[in-house]
Amino acid sequence: MAKRKVYLDHGATTPLRKEVLDEMMPYLTNSFGNPSSIHSFGREARVAVEKARQQVADAIGASPNEIIFTSGGTEADNMAIQGVARALSSRGKHIITSAIEHHAVLDACQSLEKEGFSLTYLPVDKYGLVQLKDLEKAIRPETILVTIMFANNEIGTVQDVAGIGKICRSRGVYFNTDAVQAIGQLDVNVQEQNIDLLSMSAHKFYGPKGIGVLYKRQGVKLKPIIFGGGQERKFRPGTEYVAGIVGMGKAIELAVAEMETKTAKMRELRDYFVAGLLEIGGVTLNGHPQQRLPNNVNVSIHNAEGEALLLNLDMEGVAASSGSACTSGSLEPSHVLRAIGLKHEVAHGSLRLTLGKDTEREDIDYTLKVLKPIVARLRKITGTLVRE
Amino acid sequence: MYNEKVMDHFQNPRNVGEIQDADGVGEIGNARCGDIMKIFIKVKEGRIEDIKFFTFGCGAAIASSSALTEMVKGKSLEEALSVTNEDVARELGGLPSVKMHCSNLAADALHKAIEDYKSRCRN
Ligand SMILES: Cc1ncc(COP(=O)(O)O)c(C=O)c1O
Ligand code: FES
Repeated sequence: MAKRKVYLDHGATTPLRKEVLDEMMPYLTNSFGNPSSIHSFGREARVAVEKARQQVADAIGASPNEIIFTSGGTEADNMAIQGVARALSSRGKHIITSAIEHHAVLDACQSLEKEGFSLTYLPVDKYGLVQLKDLEKAIRPETILVTIMFANNEIGTVQDVAGIGKICRSRGVYFNTDAVQAIGQLDVNVQEQNIDLLSMSAHKFYGPKGIGVLYKRQGVKLKPIIFGGGQERKFRPGTEYVAGIVGMGKAIELAVAEMETKTAKMRELRDYFVAGLLEIGGVTLNGHPQQRLPNNVNVSIHNAEGEALLLNLDMEGVAASSGSACTSGSLEPSHVLRAIGLKHEVAHGSLRLTLGKDTEREDIDYTLKVLKPIVARLRKITGTLVRE
Repeated sequence: MYNEKVMDHFQNPRNVGEIQDADGVGEIGNARCGDIMKIFIKVKEGRIEDIKFFTFGCGAAIASSSALTEMVKGKSLEEALSVTNEDVARELGGLPSVKMHCSNLAADALHKAIEDYKSRCRN
């Protein structure tokens, strides 16, 4: 098999689609107006922004006036959590989240903890699932927010979002969900799933980087966390990134329209990939076997370390990621892998391979083929060190 | 991220393996990130006649152990003991600062192996 370039890190980011770039181009060039201006240049930009707002709203079953454009997933997560905390702190100071959230959520929660809020970090089972009965027990009269991610970015586990939404709604607590990994891969409907706040990020579904959305259900109380002009109904002041917004609108429209066919193909390839990886031997799957993102493969390759695996894969043209302590910068294995109870040495060999809409079977076959000798080589260097 | 020399040692590590009748064995586990390294030495007339290693760790850890074994092979125990993790990193043409602790592993495992040899001699 000839050497090829195989990008299997779509969980980190995706390429910008040609159709999306084409929509964006005019707003990076001739149609450069500020949407707040009243002249024709401004009005043209305003029309484009409002069209994109409608596209995003349609994709998740929301109304356009519930869509707030942000600089990305991180900002949307922060706006939701800090914004609710600021708006409702007189009513209560308790927030519930999970142990496996993205750092955009975890760190926002931790900063509130330092300010005197009390936080409950719900544990997850060995597959990464939050137990609904744990959530029911954790809700207190002073609970103001539940924030639990739709699907996990590392191990791909998809939560029972509708179940969580139902509990929160019946107990009168806001439910925020980080849906950054879910859009374009899973059915997201804020009405049916009783979602009050939801974050997304365009670069995870073939849109541009640096643009995201916070969905805020009409009537949900939120205080802005940045201040300035009147844009985005004062929730997110600052001149809009018009081209980015336009790109996000187009990207989400395409992602939702193609979701059924693309995810069916990805699911099949994903399961084929997992089967091939398990065949190597000494490999275990992380995350839920079925209830997982269509594009997510996460395995632990025992007795081989993640960074070493990534370096070798990269030399063969394969791009992946790992939750190993050696790749984290902090020298701690990922908090997600710890939360699902992986032993240190098993987390050490974690490898995340996230497929894209255009990933082909040949890409998987190539990756499996180059991976086998890499694993054998690294295991030789590990020798008899790890006793299981 | 790593220079060519590090990558060379990572790709073609020298002295990987085990010495069955080793005169000294040193194993070090890194409390911080969970890596393990084990060094086996064969000593003759106060010199390291042979040295081999196993490493369960990142690219820098593998390269450090490989470079260290090359550096001390044939050296007297005193010379070998004077090798520090900075020496290993220098030999490799530098390591990223977050990876300096990986070279610690190698130096520490060697020191332990020499200690083990010495305590065997005393008994
Ligand atoms: C689950 C999750 N939340 C939030 C983010 C942050 O999004 P952004 O990169 O747009 O800030 C990411 C992306 O890495 C993510 O995967
Ligand atoms: S061995 Fe873990 S970072 Fe080097």
